[in-house]
Amino acid sequence: MLEPLFQPFLIDWLVPSASTYADDIDFLWELIFWIVGAWFLATEGIFFWLIIKFAKKRSPKAQYITGELKSQKQYISYPHMAVLVFDILILVFAVKVWYDVKQDLPPAESTVRVIGQQWAWTFQNAGPDGKLDSADDITTMNELHVQLGTVYHYKLEALDVLHNFSVPVFRLKQDAIPGRVITGWFEPTLTGEYDVQCAEICGIGHGLMGARIHIETPEQHAAWMASHAPISLASATPDVSAEE
Amino acid sequence: MAEAVPAGSQDPHGGHGHHEQSFWSKYVFSTDHKMIAMQYMFTGMAMGMIGAFMAYAFRMQLAFPGMEVPLYGLVSPANYNSLVTNHGTIMIFWVAMPVLLAGFGNFLIPLMIGCDDMVFPRINRLSYQIFLLSAIVLLASFFVPGGAFGGAWTAYPPLSSEAQYSLTPMGSSFWVVAVALEFVAFLMGGINFVTTAMNSRAPGMKMYDIPIVVWMIVIASILFMASVGPLIAGAIMLFFDQNLGTAFYDPSRGGDPILWQHLFWFFGHPEVYVVLLPALGVTAEIIPVFARKKFFAYKTVLYTVFATGVLSFTVWAHHQFIAGIDPRMANIFTVTTLLISVPIAEMCFVYIATLWGGSITLSTPMLWALAFVAEFLIGGVTGIFLGASGADIYMHDTYFVLAHFHYTFYPIAIVGTFAGFTFWFPKMFGRMMDDRLGKIHFWGSIIPFNCIFIPLFVLGMAGQHRRIFDFNAYPDLALPWMQHTREFVTIALLVMLAFQLVFFYNVWKSLRKGEKASKNPWKSNTLEWTTESPPGHGNWAELPTVYRGPYEYSVPDREEDYWPQNQPS
Repeated sequence: MLEPLFQPFLIDWLVPSASTYADDIDFLWELIFWIVGAWFLATEGIFFWLIIKFAKKRSPKAQYITGELKSQKQYISYPHMAVLVFDILILVFAVKVWYDVKQDLPPAESTVRVIGQQWAWTFQNAGPDGKLDSADDITTMNELHVQLGTVYHYKLEALDVLHNFSVPVFRLKQDAIPGRVITGWFEPTLTGEYDVQCAEICGIGHGLMGARIHIETPEQHAAWMASHAPISLASATPDVSAEE
Repeated sequence: MAEAVPAGSQDPHGGHGHHEQSFWSKYVFSTDHKMIAMQYMFTGMAMGMIGAFMAYAFRMQLAFPGMEVPLYGLVSPANYNSLVTNHGTIMIFWVAMPVLLAGFGNFLIPLMIGCDDMVFPRINRLSYQIFLLSAIVLLASFFVPGGAFGGAWTAYPPLSSEAQYSLTPMGSSFWVVAVALEFVAFLMGGINFVTTAMNSRAPGMKMYDIPIVVWMIVIASILFMASVGPLIAGAIMLFFDQNLGTAFYDPSRGGDPILWQHLFWFFGHPEVYVVLLPALGVTAEIIPVFARKKFFAYKTVLYTVFATGVLSFTVWAHHQFIAGIDPRMANIFTVTTLLISVPIAEMCFVYIATLWGGSITLSTPMLWALAFVAEFLIGGVTGIFLGASGADIYMHDTYFVLAHFHYTFYPIAIVGTFAGFTFWFPKMFGRMMDDRLGKIHFWGSIIPFNCIFIPLFVLGMAGQHRRIFDFNAYPDLALPWMQHTREFVTIALLVMLAFQLVFFYNVWKSLRKGEKASKNPWKSNTLEWTTESPPGHGNWAELPTVYRGPYEYSVPDREEDYWPQNQPS
């Protein structure tokens, strides 16, 4: 959506991007990186240059400058207006990206319920019919299977304390709060198996509360659902009805 | 209780002159602001050593998972959580606050505005005693059944409010009681700082003749007093939830865990400025002295600090972008958060502009002061990534956040403290510090500091999330380069800690054999340099009168390049 300006690459070196909005978040991150990077280098450059230029051996007698005159103040007032301009630029992109990821949810093609508890993730996949809480749902522990190119809505819940559903390859984080259901979305764009983290401290097992996300092609995903349907129908369905 | 002063006297020194005091009334139950400053400062530094030891223990675990850490032992997941929790709590509430705000505030305010003591010396003494009690309560939490609290220094409920989840039934309560006591102590200190600075100024000292550090401490105290109320209320509710079965934060019984987050961060963000401002003030005193230069645009800085203080109350929810608040709120808090970069950038520019046209001597205090500006800038610019809501979705709760706030708090609490301590050491103890050892300590702290936290930015970008005792549980975070980076960071920490021994040796040696300090060894203008080093009880034999502002260095047509505030024209 935003890449026409430039293609972000810095975070991609470290973590693949596997959702439609991962590149937007990377773009925003990198836009900030280049802007503040330039400011940072310029400021530190001037800072060290002044320390060297006005060292006592080169500048034995200091000047008397109050900094109260307009002609002197302009050296800080113009840069600080420039800071404001860049702030607004960053702000526009930040709000745009935020809106696309967190506020404007595209229509769901499938839904997955994500439940955090001390210290495991439960994923309730909607199954072939794409609807939650129907007979063909597939419930898994610490293993989330999703299909490439499908818009998922997640329904995020917590059973005990705060957790955070974090999928670094999606650039996605969302706190899970007991007593609430938080809805968000993602659309996977890259197949593979990646980490799901709990990114909110949740007790002594917090460090072990990892899961794996399996992003599969439609064929792989159909095969996975077929292989799991009968078992989960037998084991998961009573759990679901008990919870309702 | 030993009491050298007649009860009910408004002015404990009036009419007494410099009387001899007993050991107890001089060192333990003193009402002298200088002694209370020392008590705060050394208690803070002792707590700093404890906090640093905790960092050592959990960094060793991260670099070499499962090892028997020398002097500590095996770091279990529960230990790890309580170590990171208390490291954060201690470093902010029991190191940065006591040393910068209470330590320098107590020492400097009466000496810089030219009075003999705080307005309320006994409240001041009580403030320290409650602070000491709070520190003891916090440390005691390590020895109660269940161990110390391990739910992070932010103590989000329900983890912090319910023992069945935290598994530290007593530790959680000790933690919240300690924090609440600490706030009571600083409320008392704050009342004293503001009242003293406004009411006890020397004759002739106008508002714009007050040194910047005094202004900064006053504004920081006001920010603290205005923000801490909600948090104390929150802490009481948390304590009730823990011990009386109330449900302020329990969603299953009508409470809301997010309530705590709002109360905590409504305090927590201004708190950043509460410790930042004294450190900014300390550097603002040092840079003009060693650049022999008037501080650039004194009034502009004051207005900027006022603006920052007001703005700092409007940004708190940027800590909660993805905490489940209404996503539309994030947009408002992104605006306010990015706006705060404007006054902070302006302050940075002013400090840099002060160097222009100076005559700079790189003494140890000056190195620390300049390092404060250079390093804090990194903390400032990396804040933009996190204040921009869209980028925070990925960055939240990663090591990028951790590195960012260590680039703000390390310059504040460590660099700022060493800058002030080395600068005022001659005034505090009457001896000069060894400059060569000071410089070794400086470089031995600053270089490893950057080696610790620059790599942590990269790990954060790679998705490494916080408060994990062993990243090998996460295949994407267990890559060899990441583990090697963690080892490098831990080794850098060990180097930095080792160099702190140079500092302690320097203090010990300078106290015993250091060159005797004159009244004004740095040729400085402010009033504390017009009395003896160290100042006696009552500060001055005759209280000074002020004739000009604090930064009149290198005034044309004068032989001396400094012009003390108390010198008649």
